[in-house]
Amino acid sequence: MTTVISVENLSKAYRLGQIGTGTLSNDMKVWWARLRGKPNPFLKIGTADHGNRDGETIWALKDVSFTVEQGEALGIIGRNGAGKSTLLKILSRVTAPTEGCVKVKGRIASLLEVGTGFHPDLTGRENTYLNGAILGMSREDVRRKFDEIVSFAEVEKFIDTPVKRYSSGMYVRLAFAVAAHLDPEILAVDEVLAVGDAEFQKKCLGKMGEVAQEGRTVLFVSHNMVSVRSLCERGLLIESGKNTFSGGVDDVVNQYLNPANVQEKDDYSIQIGVEHREGNGKIRFREWWIEDEVLGKGRKVRSCNSCTFRINYESKPGEKLVNVSLTLTIKDNYGQPILSASSRFINSDFRLIPQSGTLSCHFDQFPLAPGTFIVHLYSSIQNEMVERITNAGTFEVIAEDVFGTGKGLESHHGKVVVKDFSWSIN
Amino acid sequence: MKSTLKESLPLDKEHWNMIIEPRRNLLDLRLGDLWRARDLVMLFVWRDFVAYYKQTILGPLWYIIQPLLTTVVFTFIFGSVAKLPTGGLPQFLFYMSGTVVWSYFSACITKTADTFITNTQLFGKVYFPRLAVPVSILISNLITFAIQFGLFLAFMGYFAMRGSVLHPNWWMLMTPVLILMMAGLGLGFGIIISSLTTKYRDLRFLVTFGVQLLMYATPVILPISSFPERFRWIVLANPMTPIVETFRYAFLGGAGSVNLPNLAYSLGFMVAVVVIGTVIFNRVEATFMDTV
Repeated sequence: MTTVISVENLSKAYRLGQIGTGTLSNDMKVWWARLRGKPNPFLKIGTADHGNRDGETIWALKDVSFTVEQGEALGIIGRNGAGKSTLLKILSRVTAPTEGCVKVKGRIASLLEVGTGFHPDLTGRENTYLNGAILGMSREDVRRKFDEIVSFAEVEKFIDTPVKRYSSGMYVRLAFAVAAHLDPEILAVDEVLAVGDAEFQKKCLGKMGEVAQEGRTVLFVSHNMVSVRSLCERGLLIESGKNTFSGGVDDVVNQYLNPANVQEKDDYSIQIGVEHREGNGKIRFREWWIEDEVLGKGRKVRSCNSCTFRINYESKPGEKLVNVSLTLTIKDNYGQPILSASSRFINSDFRLIPQSGTLSCHFDQFPLAPGTFIVHLYSSIQNEMVERITNAGTFEVIAEDVFGTGKGLESHHGKVVVKDFSWSIN
Repeated sequence: MKSTLKESLPLDKEHWNMIIEPRRNLLDLRLGDLWRARDLVMLFVWRDFVAYYKQTILGPLWYIIQPLLTTVVFTFIFGSVAKLPTGGLPQFLFYMSGTVVWSYFSACITKTADTFITNTQLFGKVYFPRLAVPVSILISNLITFAIQFGLFLAFMGYFAMRGSVLHPNWWMLMTPVLILMMAGLGLGFGIIISSLTTKYRDLRFLVTFGVQLLMYATPVILPISSFPERFRWIVLANPMTPIVETFRYAFLGGAGSVNLPNLAYSLGFMVAVVVIGTVIFNRVEATFMDTV
């Protein structure tokens, strides 16, 4: 195999805060100091000179290194703000790195967005040529693939209508179709699959898979673990600007979804960063655990047995907590929701709850098959979101002889278990 | 498919097609990339031309109305009311020649000066040689210029028939060179300003105003001989002066003349501005997304 992309100690710094006011005079001072051989007067001692004068700098990427082989589909995973998009921006040459370098073999095309440069007054045909040229195709390339593009986008009838008259679906389909027919040797894609209806998304994903199978190299940045898993064989996890983990896509996805620091012995507190907490904060969830008759207090539960989820919360003194609604959602380790238990469903919102306490959600028969699952917590007061934690930690469902026959419940049997079914013949 | 792809790729061990680094060499201008993007340049030209006048009633007629009205206003205010000298040439043609030439230069500079600001959205999402945008602006303005120039020639013919004494001469053959010099000056100044506006937005307001002021320091309205002695050096230092003078002399003749050293000065100025502009533009292009 040949290495087609080699990323070496790539770093990117951004300056925080207001850019613009007073920079001319500051720039002059910096320039004057440099001219006399003096150090930059605005640089803090102990930081290297990266051309940043005032304000704090943050490293969106720091010393990221990895290589991509030819024909490989690499999924780049990370939370919001981890640096995925910055990495893709550098790869697509939209912005330059601060340190380090990227070496590339072959033509690279990146899709940070579809429909870039579409002009609303031009027709579909005209925009296809324009957009193709912006993405790096020659006029001849577009002419050759024109029919294919139009039929992929399913806009044959409207190809000579200005795109401002298109429905948003048609617009996006045409935009993606142009991009999908680029035929570069390396394709870098950022979440563009999150467009269009489900049917078209499937088509896009299919097209991407096709591209990967043709021996082209694909870099795919996404939050959607399902599409990352189905498209990529290798993964790269980026956390706070550093690549912390790379390997087979399943391992990387698991690593991303089950950060090891969440679960420690006898510590049931919710460990999350600020960016993973939403809502106005009238209620803050602090800890959660499960009580199982046999396994006791912990983050383990037996399949198809009774158990209780307990959630500890706090609020600011003096806050009036009336009409509180609570939802416990359980997601699989790809982030897909499996079930929700909401107080709203059963008309049992809490009329009034104290400043702090422990909420309980009881299941008579916990219906999940063995595996690892994620807890998602949500609370609202009078329809206003007060707290949402999309990943409050994981728990384990332990295998049990559910049917009393010693059979069933292997991984290919699905994630949900039902006991009350029967078979018959008429 | 797989085999053809592999064959087409020059995948030897040490050869990298592209290296992305923090700072490029100052003189690595990547003009080859720009040449490869010529299809894109032409599509931009065509887009601007087609899209600009869509949903207007008069359409491309606007190309003619603008210089015509300016000339009429100039003739009225500066010719009839203020009675400024025109060196013996018909006032209408005198002002029109100045206006047509000046409006090409002024359009080039003001539109290229906005390159980064108006294309932030596009530049932020996809890479192509950024110079394609200013270059396409020069070319699409050339179309406007050609139309207005044709209008000027038509009026010349009309005035000649009416018995005005005009002396068009062989200097007319210099027109392409003059256009090139104006395009170069417009591009050079425009991309320098556009590069600086990514950080200092003030320049955006300054540019339209500055170009307007510069017009009064160019013999568009007054022939060079009528400028007061004290201020004449400003007019002579202005690289646009020899261009306007030469153009007017070539088509209308009259009191002016062609001063070759002055033209050479403009040419040198143009080359310097284009080189400096391109270097700065290339420098800014790499990271402008972080500061704009």
